Amino acid sequence: MDIILELLEDLHPEVDFEQCNTLIDDKILDSFDIVSLVTDLSEEFDISIAAEELTPENFNSAKAIYEMVERLVD
Amino acid sequence: MLFTTSNFIFFIIILTTLYYLIPKRFQWMLLLSASLIFYGIAGTSYLIYISLTIVSTYIATMAIDRIQEAYNTSIKENKDSLTREERKEIKAEMTAKKKLWLVLALVFNFGILALLKYSDFIVSNIYRDFGGFGFVLPLGISFYTFQTMGYLIDVYWGKYRAERNIFKLGLFSSFFPQLIQGPISRFDDLSPSLLAEKDFNWETFSFGVQRILWGYFKKLVIADRLLIAVNTIIRNPDSYQGIYVLLGMFFYGIQLYADFTGGIDIAIGVGQVFGIRLKENFNRPYFSKSITEYWRRWHISLGTWFRDYMFFPISVSKPMIRLSKKIRKNYSNEIGKRVPVYIATLLVWLTTGIWHGAAWNFIVWGLGNGIVILISQELTPLYDKFHRKFDVKDKFYFKLFQVTRTFWLMSFLRTFDCYRDVATTFRMYFSILTVRNLSEVLNGGIMNLGLGMEDYILLAVSILILLMVSLNQRRGAIRVELSKRPVFLSYILFFTLFISIIIFGSYGIGFDQSQFIYSQF
Repeated sequence: MDIILELLEDLHPEVDFEQCNTLIDDKILDSFDIVSLVTDLSEEFDISIAAEELTPENFNSAKAIYEMVERLVD
Repeated sequence: MLFTTSNFIFFIIILTTLYYLIPKRFQWMLLLSASLIFYGIAGTSYLIYISLTIVSTYIATMAIDRIQEAYNTSIKENKDSLTREERKEIKAEMTAKKKLWLVLALVFNFGILALLKYSDFIVSNIYRDFGGFGFVLPLGISFYTFQTMGYLIDVYWGKYRAERNIFKLGLFSSFFPQLIQGPISRFDDLSPSLLAEKDFNWETFSFGVQRILWGYFKKLVIADRLLIAVNTIIRNPDSYQGIYVLLGMFFYGIQLYADFTGGIDIAIGVGQVFGIRLKENFNRPYFSKSITEYWRRWHISLGTWFRDYMFFPISVSKPMIRLSKKIRKNYSNEIGKRVPVYIATLLVWLTTGIWHGAAWNFIVWGLGNGIVILISQELTPLYDKFHRKFDVKDKFYFKLFQVTRTFWLMSFLRTFDCYRDVATTFRMYFSILTVRNLSEVLNGGIMNLGLGMEDYILLAVSILILLMVSLNQRRGAIRVELSKRPVFLSYILFFTLFISIIIFGSYGIGFDQSQFIYSQF
């Protein structure tokens, strides 16, 4: 989880990612951010994130991203 | 059958009457028949092409669905006996089978689109004397192909199950209000509302009629009137240069907005008359403060289509991630991170250009947009630095500057769409710097564009109404606001709108009933 929070803070230092659960709904993360995050996550966790995973539900909060990563690592 | 013909209005009146009179379980079948009649009137051969798309998509999605189901059952039944590796192997096999159907259907359908829309352009660029194959481009083919292929990809991704009734899929693919110029709907979004049984609801019905009237007002009073001046300027590039080019850009910006949003208002309004909710395709785009924001608010359904089905799949594809990793490792972390986004952005914008038309001007227009977006992305740290130094971000004058800048930036790019010839467009850009004719334009030149003083006054008043409505929309839909006021106020307002369309609409003698601009794409 810490790694994910670190990656998110690199993108937008001004956002409180521990609390926010509307990252997509409130347009805090745009499509450029998501792709950038996916390349980081693929590198960090050695996983492959397919396009169908790029849904608002999977990226709306740090927790949702963490859950997706956990599922893909398995 | 154009939206702006009396035949279309009669068609809607008869259809609405039948729709609410017949047993509710037949409503969707009536809509399907009406859609096919609507499309058949436009061209009987068009029916063959749209049927090919519906049937091929149905076969492919049903096959994908069956493969997925067989896999799910097999995994469930053998849950305990399979090792992790075996499960992975079965999954890979299943994905490969599904992918085969996906690729076959995509190649077949985009193949039809490419053959009909792009073969003349490709061959004529190789053989200069080539006269063309003479294919007739079915109305709205780009729209229904994209909508149906979006559904196919969603089923492949397992977002939802395939529709088992081919006629219901047929209605989703051919629903007539959105067939000509969108919005490009998603199956899970539109289908429930399309297939539901509906009682007549006066509020929804009257909101629909009001939306249709508003669409006609934009199209007939504003867009088709401005079209006369725009055509005079762009069809005579030797006579109308310098300030006329800027004037043409300004007029075309308003004309295109009124034309396209007017058409979408009519489509959404017709849907609403039948109790069907079509997604909004615009969110006051001319109030955007940057080009990226503009593209999030203009033709939203096309933008999100390209984002979900092209930008994301390309930028997170395995080869792209591998390339990114390689660059990060060997050169620079920052560049490695950017590469997938940049390649995907340029490819998406190249395709968006090509989607709009088989011509170099659209390709340059598309790439132009992509390049401007990437440049503004690169300049973000500079903007941030500026905003840290100067506290102007929330100031009205700065927002006005940003909105004006975005409008003119988009207008400059859109000029490629106007002149339809790259060399002429550049010549016209150059003329803005070299030809000094402001006094000529102000001293009567503006009156030689085919519009009289009364037209300009009418346009000024209409555009002001449009602007005020847009400003008020920040607080929500105006019709909802109005419905809270005394009923007679709504009636007076919409009766005035109706009368103004009848009196001031650009039709009848002296006016050419024009197609919606986006119906050509």
